[in-house]
Amino acid sequence: MMQPVRHTPGPLHLAAVVLMRELRLALRRWDQVLQPLIFFVVVVTLFPLATNPELSALRHIAPGVLWVAAMLASLLAADALFRPDVEDGTMEQWVLSGQPLPWLLFSKSLAHWLLTGLPLVLVTPVVAVSLGVEQGFGTIMMVLALGTGVLTLLGAVGAALTVGLRRGNMLMALLVLPLEMPVLIFGAQAVESAMRNEPALGIISLLASVLLLAMILTPFAMAASMRISIE
Amino acid sequence: MSDADVSTPTLTANALHLWRGEHHLLRDISFSLAAGELLQVTGPNGVGKTSLLRVAAGLMPAESGEVLWRRISIHRDPARYYDEVAYLGHANALKTDLTALENVQFAGSLRQQVNKPDCLQALHALGVAHCAALPVKVLSAGQRRRVALARVLLCDAVLWILDEPITNLDTAGIELVEDLMAQHLARGGMILTAAHQALLVSHAGTRNLDLH
Repeated sequence: MMQPVRHTPGPLHLAAVVLMRELRLALRRWDQVLQPLIFFVVVVTLFPLATNPELSALRHIAPGVLWVAAMLASLLAADALFRPDVEDGTMEQWVLSGQPLPWLLFSKSLAHWLLTGLPLVLVTPVVAVSLGVEQGFGTIMMVLALGTGVLTLLGAVGAALTVGLRRGNMLMALLVLPLEMPVLIFGAQAVESAMRNEPALGIISLLASVLLLAMILTPFAMAASMRISIE
Repeated sequence: MSDADVSTPTLTANALHLWRGEHHLLRDISFSLAAGELLQVTGPNGVGKTSLLRVAAGLMPAESGEVLWRRISIHRDPARYYDEVAYLGHANALKTDLTALENVQFAGSLRQQVNKPDCLQALHALGVAHCAALPVKVLSAGQRRRVALARVLLCDAVLWILDEPITNLDTAGIELVEDLMAQHLARGGMILTAAHQALLVSHAGTRNLDLH
């Protein structure tokens, strides 16, 4: 039996392969990819219409509105993270590729964040103005970038756990939301400080460390859940 | 265990039992497969053919019994096993928004560095080279199956695990697949398959495992 010489792809090459594939897929179905972003923009801009349009009143609720909208948008997006790949059998091929599944799923989550989290961060200064935010845009974006990163990773674990269930969305929300609470609380607090032009470095460092921890731990949880889900 | 035992590729299943809820699906299934052999799993619908293939691929753990590749449990060294296995489930694992070539190329590059000519050659071997630049969503069911089979070919694996490989294929397609299977066996490969229609009946290495 001949044993062909294999040039097994290195981890960075693998991540690049997965990223390129996700981005290419996103380009071909951009209408679906834009959904969470549109949801975020709509929810945030509805608040001035539905509540007191007085800017001082809006300013008061702005941090909460931004974060709740970001969180629900990320939850909405998370359901579509693995479901298509599991349903069409692609995930089985990933498991059987012999490559480290945590790494593959992490790369996929990274692509997911680039497509759903990053646009949300970029659009925040625009929608924040409608909530009466006048300063601290840089900090707000920074905090949202870190926070949505954590939300994406936690959402990915929830998605991997519930992807085998027919209607897993609700269960996923119940599983993931309690874990996301700390991000919501600290994130909103940081936005509030930023709006008052106070330093938010402490909370930013805290969120950054939570993100790092999530980057290290969640891929293994995703992989373990995925193996169970596709059984 | 001598070195020769480890280097000879064999797939062995020992006393597999699998329960699905209250249903005892696989009862004491054992088989072994050596180079150049094809094992065809037959039986009526719902008897557990797909489950057996999934257990053999390591996608599903059996309640008891074990699957050995080169005499080592597949769960002990999965990366090494998967390096030598190509699996085709009844889902084609194709992205309908990507072209046939992109699909095959991506699946290949997860396992090894592949180049475009190799991918085109695999598509050509299945007679779908002319569809390479078309998105999979415009292909017919039979053409999609052929693209999925091209991926198996590209994997360059020793063991092929094929679940109903000829679903949706026309007569010419079935002949083509049988030819490719025979070539694979002649190269010292092995195939574990579930199919309603007997494949490669006249081949010397063909054996049957009837589930009932």
